[in-house]
Amino acid sequence: MTFDPFIAATRFGTGLSPVHAPPASAADIMARLEGPDAMVAAIPIAPFATATPSPADYVTLRRAENAAETDADKARTKAATDEWREAARLMNYENALRTMSRSIAAPLGLRERLTAFWADHFTTKGRNIQTRHMVTPFIEEAIRPHITGNFADMLRSVTTHPIMLHYLQQIDSHGPNSPRGIRRGRGLNENLARELLELHSLGVGGRYSQTDVTELAELLTGLTYHPLSGFTFDKQMAEPGAETVLGVSYGPDASLKTIHAAIDRLARHPDTARHIARKLAVHFISDTPDAGLVGRLEQVFAQTGGDLLAVMGAMLDHPAAWTSARAKVRPPIEFINASFRALNVAPGTLLQRDLQDIRRWIERPLRVMGQPWQAPVGPDGWPEAPADWIIPQAMAGRISWAMQAPAQFAPDLPDPRDFVRTALGDLAPQAVIFAAESAEKRSDGIGIILASPAFQRR
Amino acid sequence: MDRRAFLTSIGCSLAASPLLTPIALAQAPFDNRLVVIILRGAMDGIDAFRPLGDPDYAALRPDLNDGQAADLNGFWALHPALEPLRPLWNMGELGVVPAVSTPYRDKRSHFDGQDMLEAGGQALDGTVNDGWLNRLLQTIPGAQSETAYAIGREQMQILSGPFAAARWSPEARLNISPQAERLLELVLHEDPLFREASVQAIDIASQVALSREEDAAALEDMAANPMMNSVASGGQHIQLAQFAAARLRGATRIASFSINGWDTHLIQQNGITRGLSRLSDTILTLRTGLGDDWGKTAVLCLTEFGRTARQNGTRGTDHGTGGAMIYAGGAMRGGQFAGQWPGLAEAALYDRRDIMPTADVRSLAAWVMRGMFGLDRSTLEGVVFPGLELGDDPGVLL
Repeated sequence: MTFDPFIAATRFGTGLSPVHAPPASAADIMARLEGPDAMVAAIPIAPFATATPSPADYVTLRRAENAAETDADKARTKAATDEWREAARLMNYENALRTMSRSIAAPLGLRERLTAFWADHFTTKGRNIQTRHMVTPFIEEAIRPHITGNFADMLRSVTTHPIMLHYLQQIDSHGPNSPRGIRRGRGLNENLARELLELHSLGVGGRYSQTDVTELAELLTGLTYHPLSGFTFDKQMAEPGAETVLGVSYGPDASLKTIHAAIDRLARHPDTARHIARKLAVHFISDTPDAGLVGRLEQVFAQTGGDLLAVMGAMLDHPAAWTSARAKVRPPIEFINASFRALNVAPGTLLQRDLQDIRRWIERPLRVMGQPWQAPVGPDGWPEAPADWIIPQAMAGRISWAMQAPAQFAPDLPDPRDFVRTALGDLAPQAVIFAAESAEKRSDGIGIILASPAFQRR
Repeated sequence: MDRRAFLTSIGCSLAASPLLTPIALAQAPFDNRLVVIILRGAMDGIDAFRPLGDPDYAALRPDLNDGQAADLNGFWALHPALEPLRPLWNMGELGVVPAVSTPYRDKRSHFDGQDMLEAGGQALDGTVNDGWLNRLLQTIPGAQSETAYAIGREQMQILSGPFAAARWSPEARLNISPQAERLLELVLHEDPLFREASVQAIDIASQVALSREEDAAALEDMAANPMMNSVASGGQHIQLAQFAAARLRGATRIASFSINGWDTHLIQQNGITRGLSRLSDTILTLRTGLGDDWGKTAVLCLTEFGRTARQNGTRGTDHGTGGAMIYAGGAMRGGQFAGQWPGLAEAALYDRRDIMPTADVRSLAAWVMRGMFGLDRSTLEGVVFPGLELGDDPGVLL
């Protein structure tokens, strides 16, 4: 149970690569994590604030369309809205490919893994045409800058972000006794408050009650978003007076500052430390993680007030993180990324492909493998258990992809006898080496290596 | 090392490879069919079937009570999106138990609620995660893999466990050469999780491919059925229902899949109308697809919990407790609201907020399985739903 470079590259990175050497030590991994985020500059993704086409443009275009009187104006404004829709659709594909390309291009890929982990922890989906293409820009803006920072900063930035407010339907939640609530005859929507406690902070095992959910829902009223005005705290929607959440009274008046104070407190709650510690250990190491490891992460989280870099350092320092048991399975998106990485597909290649190819070889296969892009069923995100991923229908998707897709992206397929080393390093089992030598054709040999448990586990 | 020596060294002989075993002709252990549809996200039962006759209903739901639901029996009215199912109601093939729940209480988490529903009341600590349909199958002598099918992209917890139920998604395909298949078996050999999933994938892919023409012909017949006029032509739910019907016409006796999208916190009418239309299409597709076998079929639509009795502040509803179980099928006693309706008076609500459950949904499922598959009380109370007390016959089967 000591550091191993191949385990490091697969368990804490996006996989082995013929061009990127695996890290040399746990300290080497930490040094990379402490340095600048190179991928943000190398393969840029516009954050929500500057991403175009924007939700505001859509609203403006639709208003122009509704106001058009002459046939010529109607045709012109409709064409402009259609153009916006097409641009939004393309941006969504492009951002997916940029996200994947970062996993291929990153020297280690731990930042990519952490970004995916936290994006899943804070699952969002676009519920309408204006926001459907904005999930990746949300991740870039609200999550990625904080993955090596403080959890409280991430929780605050996510909880007040337009995309989260929209996804968990906070934007219409009114204090029942607020001026707007009374005038409009509106009231609470519990959705965000409940998931903030259950999924994002304390966890479902945490010490909160329905009363805490309701009080927190009252406290969060006023957080809202409109495409033209952006995020606002609308005092006219906020429930007047103080609210008591988990025994702490927040008030006396409703304000954004009060909400921030409550979020910070949730972030530093001991149940949150336990929840996040366990979730990280489950994600990276095992569904039944070593109790000592979880305890250590919890302790560091609590002592540092949620310093995520320190928590990651504690994981890498713990012997249980280096167990030779590869108890986890790469979910489909990681599986495809790791395959491209091992095949040395140039990161720019994905962005140059026809949309039709992308749909055929990436979008649809991800669906069959059980992980449609950014579309988990609920706000709890993707499953962790290998048994949830390795089911026959999904395995059919993985095997088919492994046999057919590599030749589409790496026309000069490597010799399977070499590729088995590239993809699996010293972890290559005898059976896979033998199968790679025995395949009738290159594509079969590559496919068998990628479809092997040795490649799919981490 | 040569090939033969290598194979011997890992204790594997090609002759014994499970990938090369011919598909056994399945014999079903019984003739009745059970379909369990999981409605993920918590369906609002009293919006699907509205208790217009309840004196407290209108005040609790000023916006959701939009006057669009047409009367069923003088007390209950049908959501307009379920109108295509009215003929089934009239024929006694569709019914409702309006206030059921699992034993799950108070935290109102979708995910724990669904775990409880699919595990059938087991512990929530994640240690016991086999599903109750899986435990049912473990008690049935002669049950084969394809006796039960979990359908769709996602794992169905309700069917997972030691019994190796068939699992497939209609969009999955698998074509590999026989030689690649043998090499694949080699690399999967030591890993039971991957080996079993892959062996089943290869088996099912070839079976489904073999029956593809027959299935396509059945689909053409279905399209000619006038009951399908109102059914949308596309959508994942239709594919799931068609696939389920095709398997249930063959050796399959139990099928389960999910319909998602019931978490209607905001402007519920949009979301629930879509959900109920999908549910209605699904039931009609199953009915048409099953043909004569519909008479031997029970369809149970289960959801993790119900929603708040009162509409929330955004013309939706929040997470509740008691909810409705909708059921359908030629084997069912439909045209009724079974069980007890607790009413919507504030004192009758659970936690002064949710519909009070008056029946355990597991007991309803147990009575259906007792009647359909001849299971005895001790198996149901001891194995399928450990700790359940079956109670009185709710009278939902013919």
